[in-house]
Amino acid sequence: MSEIFGVPTQALFGQLLIGLINGSFYALLSLGLAVIFGLLNIINFTHGAQYMMGAFAAYFLAQKLGLGYWWSLILVPLIVGASGIVIERLMISRLYKLDHLYGLLLTFGIALIIQGAFRHQFGSSGLPYAIPKELEGGQNLGFMFLPNYRAWVIVASLAVCIGTWFVIERTKLGAYLRAATENPTLVQAFGVNVPRMITLTYGFGVALAALAGVMAAPIYQVNPLMGADLIIVVFAVVVIGGMGSILGSVLTGFALGVVEGLTKVFFPEASNTVIFVIMAIVLMIRPQGLFGQR
Amino acid sequence: MRMKLKALAAAAALALSGGAHAQISGNVVKIGVMNDQSGTYADLAGPGSVEAAKMAVEDFRAKDKSLNVEVVFADHQNKADVGSQIARKWYDADGVDVIVDVPTSSVVLAVNQITREKGKALIVSTGATSDLTGKACSPNSVHWTYDTWQLANGTGSAIVKTGGDSWFFLTADYAFGHALERDTEAVVIKNGGKVLGKVRHPFPSSDFSSFLLQAQSSKAKVIGLANAGADTTNAIKQAAEFGIVKGGQSLAGLLVFITDVKSLGLDKAQGLVLSETFYWDLNDQTRAFAKRFSERMKGLHPSMGHAGVYAGVLHYLKAVAALKSDDGTKVVAKMKELPTDDPLFGKGSIRADGRKIHPSYLFEVKKPSESKGPWDFYKLRATVPAEQAFRPMEQGDCPLVKK
Repeated sequence: MSEIFGVPTQALFGQLLIGLINGSFYALLSLGLAVIFGLLNIINFTHGAQYMMGAFAAYFLAQKLGLGYWWSLILVPLIVGASGIVIERLMISRLYKLDHLYGLLLTFGIALIIQGAFRHQFGSSGLPYAIPKELEGGQNLGFMFLPNYRAWVIVASLAVCIGTWFVIERTKLGAYLRAATENPTLVQAFGVNVPRMITLTYGFGVALAALAGVMAAPIYQVNPLMGADLIIVVFAVVVIGGMGSILGSVLTGFALGVVEGLTKVFFPEASNTVIFVIMAIVLMIRPQGLFGQR
Repeated sequence: MRMKLKALAAAAALALSGGAHAQISGNVVKIGVMNDQSGTYADLAGPGSVEAAKMAVEDFRAKDKSLNVEVVFADHQNKADVGSQIARKWYDADGVDVIVDVPTSSVVLAVNQITREKGKALIVSTGATSDLTGKACSPNSVHWTYDTWQLANGTGSAIVKTGGDSWFFLTADYAFGHALERDTEAVVIKNGGKVLGKVRHPFPSSDFSSFLLQAQSSKAKVIGLANAGADTTNAIKQAAEFGIVKGGQSLAGLLVFITDVKSLGLDKAQGLVLSETFYWDLNDQTRAFAKRFSERMKGLHPSMGHAGVYAGVLHYLKAVAALKSDDGTKVVAKMKELPTDDPLFGKGSIRADGRKIHPSYLFEVKKPSESKGPWDFYKLRATVPAEQAFRPMEQGDCPLVKK
């Protein structure tokens, strides 16, 4: 059996695949962040809390209404997205004319409140959420045993990311959105309802976070801290990819997932920090991010 | 003349007040419960330990009203610097006389040192490292409920003796994980087994897929989980996903609390072999305690950590009442002198190195079909008597123990 740097090749491929799976979560979450920042110029710190709310909403739909995973995939983004729209209408929209920093502070504060409330109510051990029956079990690929559910995560996030990118970069609606961020007054003069578009876009970004939450619920435990741990890494991903670039954040999400996976093999104790080391290096060499233009 | 008289009177008053050594400082015994109130270890200790301490105070005062007792609590967030800061503030400014519980071994080692410097008292219930009665032993600390040596010799040796002779360790990368891995490795090798590999994961972690994959490719018969709380439950859930147990390897939960089993559910946890020193369903007294506890804690049943806080505080208060002083070093010495007797751990004693002795039980988690009610999780597999459950004093390298 051949080896690369002392690790059997087969084991390495397994770790790469795992890295891709984690990368899918990073990609999905950073896509939502990039959409919100790129199009609305809001640094949405509440993203992690909204991811967590997505997982909890899936848990409650299952517990109280008996609605399974597939229903949650559709309903939860709508529900949490709606809550996002409420936040945007009531609070965030007042800050558009001000510096970025105020949006950051506001969304950070909202995140702390939401997380604190959930933690107070639900404790920290985590609530169980079952993998849907259709996706149980796995495939023996020879070099590793790949659970079906994790394969589904890669496929689904790729689909969502590509779909979102396509809508924003290649359709008329996306063109209006991009134009509205560059010059809202002009676009409004053409009769397009800009405030409504902005609200719906924020709702869409939040819905993406909630979707990631539903997909994460069967793998990680549904607990109030799940968003806080992830959001910092996702911000690093967005910074590395370039704050305004949607394609950049998706590609970087997957790539950094793989890098983290490799670090877990060769130097596991550093796996929590490697993404930040990369972020520091990228900021020094190319501050606008790998794919950013601003 | 008047000044001289005043000065004389003041001097006399000071001299007389110097004789008040053997009194309770501030006229109140203040107990500080320090643990993780909201993170990885919040369910096995957390608010439950605070409630257990309050129950102990109430039960003590039902029989003996000679002391004023107050219970305060704080969240150390599993960080040694936060824990140290809280300990110093408590001891210096808030008049706390004893700190109890303290899970997370890196924090408890720091608090142990501070307690010794300040001459106060520390009763460790959920903290695990066996170093507390080894090279870090102190005349101001009592290690109550369990430790990494007892776990290794309970669960570890039971598994090796039944055929699990090749191990791979998945270790939380901090003091507790290292201590548990070290003690269990020693047991495995002593019983003729081999350790095929180890991997250290950051503490805390939520995704173990990569580490479990490494464990799988090592082909070790047993994967030892040298971690606790949410880390252990996440690792077990994800191991089920990756077909580890179906592939023929078994998981050894080296530190599992009943709250972890509740969080996993019996279908995922069934068959797990674990060591605890308390179980709510052991006898009528433990059942009575569990009933009172669960009524106050919205149905949560006590873990061995909670039980240790209750019993430790009770014994501490008895020692304070007997001594009529809350001077830390003296009270701990008195606690070692008095034999212990409480409804949860029965009769026992505290050794010179600070180690409280009581039996250790080997449990196996029931299958869902075998469980007759909520929290009916364990069947008793073996009982290790108190004298054999913990590391012999001579082997601990504790400077307090005369050789």
